[in-house]
Amino acid sequence: MPTEIIVNGVRHAVDAEPEAPLLSVLRDDLELTGTKYGCGEGQCGACTVLIDGAPAHSCITRLASVAGKRITTIEGLAAGGRLHPVQEAFLHAGAMQCGYCTAGMIVASAGLLASNPNPSEAQIKQALEGNICRCGTYPRIVGAVRMAARSGGPHA
Amino acid sequence: MLDRREFLGTVGGGIVVLLVPEGAAAQQRDAAHNPFPPELEAWLHIDETGAVTVFTGKVEVGQGVRASLAQAVAEELRTPVAGVRLVMGDTALTPYDMGTFGSRSTPYMAPQLRKAGATARELLLDLAAEKWNADRATLVASGGAVADPKTAKVVSYGALAAGRKLVHTIPGEVALTPADRWKVLGTPLPKADATAIVTGALHYPSDMTRPGMLHGKIVRPASFGAKLASVDTSKAEAMPGVKVVRDGDFLGVIAPHPRLAARAAAAISAQWTEVPQPSNADLFEYLRHNMEATARPEVEQGSVEKALSEAEVKLTETYTVAYIAHCPLEPRAAVAEWNDGDVTAWTGSQRPFGVRSELAEEFGIPEQRVHVIVPDTGSGYGGKHSGEAAIEAARLSKAAGKPVKVVWTRQEEFTWAYFRPAGVIEIHSAATKAGAITSWEHLNINSGPAAIRHAYDIPNQRVTFQPARSPLRQGSYRSLAAAANTFARETHIDELAHAVGADPLEFRLANTKDERFRAVLRAAAERFGWGKQKGCGIAAGWDKGSYVATCAAVSIVDGKVRVDRVVEAFECGAIVNPDGLENQVTGAIIQGLGGALFEAIEFAKGRILNSRLARYRVPRQSDVPPIETVLLNRKDLPSAGAGETPIIGIAPAIGNAIFSATGTRLRSLPLKSTEPRP
Repeated sequence: MPTEIIVNGVRHAVDAEPEAPLLSVLRDDLELTGTKYGCGEGQCGACTVLIDGAPAHSCITRLASVAGKRITTIEGLAAGGRLHPVQEAFLHAGAMQCGYCTAGMIVASAGLLASNPNPSEAQIKQALEGNICRCGTYPRIVGAVRMAARSGGPHA
Repeated sequence: MLDRREFLGTVGGGIVVLLVPEGAAAQQRDAAHNPFPPELEAWLHIDETGAVTVFTGKVEVGQGVRASLAQAVAEELRTPVAGVRLVMGDTALTPYDMGTFGSRSTPYMAPQLRKAGATARELLLDLAAEKWNADRATLVASGGAVADPKTAKVVSYGALAAGRKLVHTIPGEVALTPADRWKVLGTPLPKADATAIVTGALHYPSDMTRPGMLHGKIVRPASFGAKLASVDTSKAEAMPGVKVVRDGDFLGVIAPHPRLAARAAAAISAQWTEVPQPSNADLFEYLRHNMEATARPEVEQGSVEKALSEAEVKLTETYTVAYIAHCPLEPRAAVAEWNDGDVTAWTGSQRPFGVRSELAEEFGIPEQRVHVIVPDTGSGYGGKHSGEAAIEAARLSKAAGKPVKVVWTRQEEFTWAYFRPAGVIEIHSAATKAGAITSWEHLNINSGPAAIRHAYDIPNQRVTFQPARSPLRQGSYRSLAAAANTFARETHIDELAHAVGADPLEFRLANTKDERFRAVLRAAAERFGWGKQKGCGIAAGWDKGSYVATCAAVSIVDGKVRVDRVVEAFECGAIVNPDGLENQVTGAIIQGLGGALFEAIEFAKGRILNSRLARYRVPRQSDVPPIETVLLNRKDLPSAGAGETPIIGIAPAIGNAIFSATGTRLRSLPLKSTEPRP
């Protein structure tokens, strides 16, 4: 019995085990590889997606739990050929080194700004505490989120 | 002779510049599948649209060489940097390269690529002079075109390259643009492919797919060195589409889907014969008792025995560093496929040609039959020198007759990769009461010789690296042992300063005449506002052509160390990309916080006990204090690499700050392991 999920506005009937991790469904069934595997235990945030607008670790989210829900991945953030303000801000701030954590960082930040359009530095750091950047670009990431907040564009 | 047509055969028309030392082009070279002479280091091609493609065996793992090497070529070629593309880490397209490590890309590869760019520019000037029958000396190369100011004629590089089939080698001496006249180098340049990264479009090694690809999973031994005693694979083999591969102790499964492969691997019941092994509880005793052949000192001068016997102040202390994991956010991953006995592997590695050798050896085939491609990779930090995933994927692919992908889990990466070496460092020193260091004996057991030499002027010295048998598999790590040796030395220097009643900054300055060392110390201290404040520490070091000094302020909150502020001064000669450099220096400080404060691998009975991120803490947002970097730009000095040395100052700076705050001296990394109880 396929499970229906809505990914980046597109309905998919996924023929996978109900306990399959959403991350694997996105990457291995729907070929959306922008969302990354980093740990499989909800510790690093590389797999962050938005579920009905709220950031979640897709590696520990079971497929059955998101049936019928709206899922946004990094591939779905840009709209109408325009980058999301957080994507723009990460580019301007050069907030990356290897870039492997970047998708998760951006999605988590977009989720933050959607619920809190003008977060303090402490709120940004707290919201991103679950996202590891092993290259250590944390200060630039905070700067990018502040920049995106100031730009005041539409958020997720 | 080098068959120049082969180059043009692969790239079409245009201009090719080969980066090969004078005379080497005529030497013997390998047959058929390898068009490159063994000495070739890189090459560049200009096509008839003016597009410049540079071929280098270096790889991009987040350190930013895809940008900085493009800057190097653009600078000398006088062409916009946006028009320079790098093909990297592909053993069929790029010449042999030992690997991307040791901070070598900037001091060695970049000047070579600049020579290639300069040679191409001179050639283009020749072509334009010939075309216009003009005086070559009056022509100007700029912005991807040659102009004749006298006639106001302009011709693009593309137009000059069109219809040509020219292959040039670099003449012996090529004049390079001095740093004070740089226009492209020395300016900030964003990371290449940044847009693909922020949109999720960039394909990392773990994102690679091939038509008909299957997925592999390895059944790991119960512990290091365990041998497969017996195995029941019937449940896995009963799963539709699953194939089990067993070859000696190698045990893996292949399936059409990665989740099925994981289920099949979990359904295999294997018994392993294990071997006794030491644990981290007795690690340092183990290293002391398992030293390999007697080491020769790296530095031996004067007589430390005589100096110690006559010393006014003597100090003997032992320092230790734990094994730590690189923990690259992208674990090892590879796709491999076989075609008519040739194997191709896409994998994340800092040594594409090393992986090629590993594959050739594993399968007993010549290297020409192995093709390794390294897509830009989710970091390495010295931890991806080896080709485990590529070999595993290739073994399974050979058995399957189809492409196979293997992606390691975090737990596999924590367990079956290799670690930064643990080590024991003993230092015996002596000084006069007035604060002159008279003797220095430094013995490093196991962790390595990097930066074991120092910048202090000490008449009597014996400095030795002593290899030992490591209980865990160990290898390169960002800065190698420079972090360990600098931690021990700079902690000891601090102890010696306190022993003679000197200010730690003044004590260092008084004992070195090295101007670059003094300059970073002064720069860091000045920005930090070094004075008599409690809870502040300073440390400095030197390695691989660059100098670093770090100041840290700490406080103790609820018995725990909180780092309140870090200032780091760094000098690596002429700065190539100030934006990339700031990113590397800040990133190194933050990564270094982990090794300084909490990272340590725990192990027993051949198992890693903390092989998950929930059990192995790495720095997060809340660990990051305000960080200020002071980048000293020495345009009169050659550019050195900057990815490594900025990591070596943070641990001793924090340790020395903790002593200043609490009076307790911590001599082990991570510093937390001997943290005073509240």
